[in-house]
Amino acid sequence: MIPISYSFRNLWTRRFTTFMTAGGMALVVFVFAAVLMLAAGLKKTLVETGSPDNVIVIRGSAGSEVQSGVERLQAAIVESRPEIALGADARPLLAKELVVLYSLNKRGSDKPANVVIRGVGAQSLALRPQVRLVQGRMPLPGSSEIIAGSSIARRFQGGGIGETLRFGMRNWTVVGTFDAGSTGFDSEIWGDVDQLMQAFRRPVYSSVIFRLRDRALFGRCKTAIESDPRLNLDARPETKYYSDQSEAMATFLRILGVALTVIFSLGAMIGATITMYAAVANRVGEIGTLRAIGFQRRSILGAFLLEALFLGFIGGVAGLFLASFMQLVTISTMNWQTFSELAFSFTLTPEIVVKSLLFSVVMGFVGGVIPAIRAARMNIVEALRES
Amino acid sequence: MTDVSDATVTPIVRLRSVSKSYRRGGQIVPVLEEISFDIAQGEFLALMGPSGSGKSTLLNLIAGIDKVDSGAILVGGVDITSLSETELASWRGLNVGFIFQFYNLIPVLTAFENVELPLLLTSLSRRERREHVAMALRIVGLADRMDHRPGQLSGGQQQRVAIARAVVTDPTILVADEPTGDLDRRSAEEILHLMERLNRESGKTVIMVTHDPRAAEQARTIRHLEKGFLTDVAA
Ligand SMILES: Nc1ncnc2c1ncn2[C@@H]1O[C@H](COP(=O)(O)OP(=O)(O)O)[C@@H](O)[C@H]1O
Ligand SMILES: [Mg+2]
Repeated sequence: MIPISYSFRNLWTRRFTTFMTAGGMALVVFVFAAVLMLAAGLKKTLVETGSPDNVIVIRGSAGSEVQSGVERLQAAIVESRPEIALGADARPLLAKELVVLYSLNKRGSDKPANVVIRGVGAQSLALRPQVRLVQGRMPLPGSSEIIAGSSIARRFQGGGIGETLRFGMRNWTVVGTFDAGSTGFDSEIWGDVDQLMQAFRRPVYSSVIFRLRDRALFGRCKTAIESDPRLNLDARPETKYYSDQSEAMATFLRILGVALTVIFSLGAMIGATITMYAAVANRVGEIGTLRAIGFQRRSILGAFLLEALFLGFIGGVAGLFLASFMQLVTISTMNWQTFSELAFSFTLTPEIVVKSLLFSVVMGFVGGVIPAIRAARMNIVEALRES
Repeated sequence: MTDVSDATVTPIVRLRSVSKSYRRGGQIVPVLEEISFDIAQGEFLALMGPSGSGKSTLLNLIAGIDKVDSGAILVGGVDITSLSETELASWRGLNVGFIFQFYNLIPVLTAFENVELPLLLTSLSRRERREHVAMALRIVGLADRMDHRPGQLSGGQQQRVAIARAVVTDPTILVADEPTGDLDRRSAEEILHLMERLNRESGKTVIMVTHDPRAAEQARTIRHLEKGFLTDVAA
C-alpha cells in the first residue's frame, strides 16, 4: 500500500486549496451539526420538564394529556397501587389533573393565544420540584382562585397577581405566581381541579401523576395498570412522556436540517471534486511512476480516496469546532404541544459529533471518488510521458 | 535478425517477433516491427537511435508497462505478454528497477521513503526494509541525505536516489530511459559510473536507452534502432 503520509502530505503541500475546500465542507457540517444540536437541545429541555421518578397515566389511545380522559373510578384504582410513594402526610404522592387549552388575550393587544389551564390537586406542586411559588399563595381548595406561571403573568391580560381572568363562565382571581424555569409549566395556569371540572363541564380527569417509591418498580406498576381490564390506560415515566412530546418537533428539525444540508453539501462535494481533479492532474507523472514501480490500480485509488476522506474529515472537525460555539446561544420557540413559549439551547452530544464526522467523510468520499477512479485508470506510459 | 547472445550465457530477456504500433488520428503508426533478440544475464546494453525510432517503446515493453500487439517477451523465463494487468504490476514490483530521465521521485516523500516505496509491496518487516534502504542509499553514496526531500537535492543526487529505489528490491533487470538526459556532464558521468559499477560488481542486467554516444560508451553492448528495426550487431 502507498503510505498514508503520502496522502496527508500532499494535502499539506497544497494547504491553501485544502483549507478553502475543507472550509466549504466545514460550513455545511456547521449547519448540519447546528440543526441536530437544536433538536437535541429541544429534547433535553422537554425531558427535563419531567422527573424520572414520576409516572404519568393517560388514556391508552391518547398522545397527550390534552386528548386524554381518565374516569374518576379509574383514577381511584390507580391511586390504590402499592408502588406509589407516600408523602409526609402519609397520603399517596399522586395528583389527578385536568388539562384544558384556552384562548386568552395577550397584554397590549387583542391577539388571543392558547394557554394551558391545569386543574391540580394537593400534591401537584410537591410532584414538580422544578415549579416554585414565587409570589402570593396557593389557591384555596373549593375556591375560584388560580395561580399563574411567570410567563402568563408577564404576557397575558389579567394574568398578574390580584388580577382576574374570565373563563368557564366564571371570574378567577390570581392569588399567586409560580416560576417553572424554562419548562413547559411556566406557561400554565393552575387552579383547583374540582372547580375547573365543574366550570368546563368536564366529567373526567385528563391524567393521573404519581411518584414511585422506587424507580425500579416502574415495570411492575406499568404492567399492572395496562393489563387491568377495568382500565384502558397507559403509564409512562414522565421523562419519556415529555420526550415523546418533543419527538415530532425534533424530527421536524432533523428532517429540515438534513434536507438543507444535503442541498448545501452538493456545493461542497463539487468543490471537493474540483480540488481532487486538480490534485490528480498535477500528479499524473507520480501516478505513472507509482504504477510502474508495481503499485496496483487499487492502491492509487485508495491513496486518492484517502486524501479526499482526509479533506472531508478536516472540514468535519472545523465545522464541529464552529458549531460547538452555538452551545452559548439560547433560543425561544413555540412548544407545539402546549402552544406556549419554550426556551432551550443548542446541545452538542457525542452522537452528533459522530454523525457530523461521518457526514463530512461521506462528503469527501463522494467528492473524491470520481477523480480517484480517473487516477487509478490512467495508462502508465501516457502518465509517465507527462512527468 | 541474428541472435547475438553468447552461447555460454543464458539470456535473461528474449524478444520474439515483437510488433507494436500506435493509433494516431485514425491512422496506424507502426513503431516496432517483428523485433527478435536476446539480452544476456549480466549484460549492460545501450539502445541507441534517433528520436522517434521506438527506443522508449521497446524499453517500456520489456519493462512490462506497455503491451505488445503481437510477439512474446520472456524475462527470466516468464512470458510477460501473457500476464494480466494485476499480475504484471506484481511482476514489475519484483523484477524491474526503473530509472527515468527526470528521476520521478515522489516530492512529498523523503529520500528514505522514496527508496522504501517498492519494498512496501514486499512482505519484508519494517526493520528489514530499513536495512535494505540504508544499504541501497549507501551504495549510491547518499546515506547522509535520507531525510531530505527531492526538492532539497541536486539533479545528480536525485538520480542517485532513484537508482537506489531501482535496486533496493534486487530486481531481475534495470531499465533506464535517458538516465543522463537531464544532467550536467559531471553528474551524468557519476550516474553512468554508478550504473556500470552495479553491472560489474553486482552482475545486474542493465538496459539503457540513450541518444548520447558518451553515455553509450559505458555500456558493454550497443544496439541501434532505426524506424522500428535493429540495424546492427553487438559492439
Ligand atoms: N502513446 C503513443 N501514441 C501515439 N504515438 C506514440 C505513442 N508513444 C509513442 N508514439 C510514437 O511512436 C514512435 C516511437 O516513440 P518512442 O518509442 O518514444 O521513440 P524514442 O524513445 O526512440 O524517441 C514515435 O513516432 C512516437 O511519436
Ligand atoms: Mg524516448
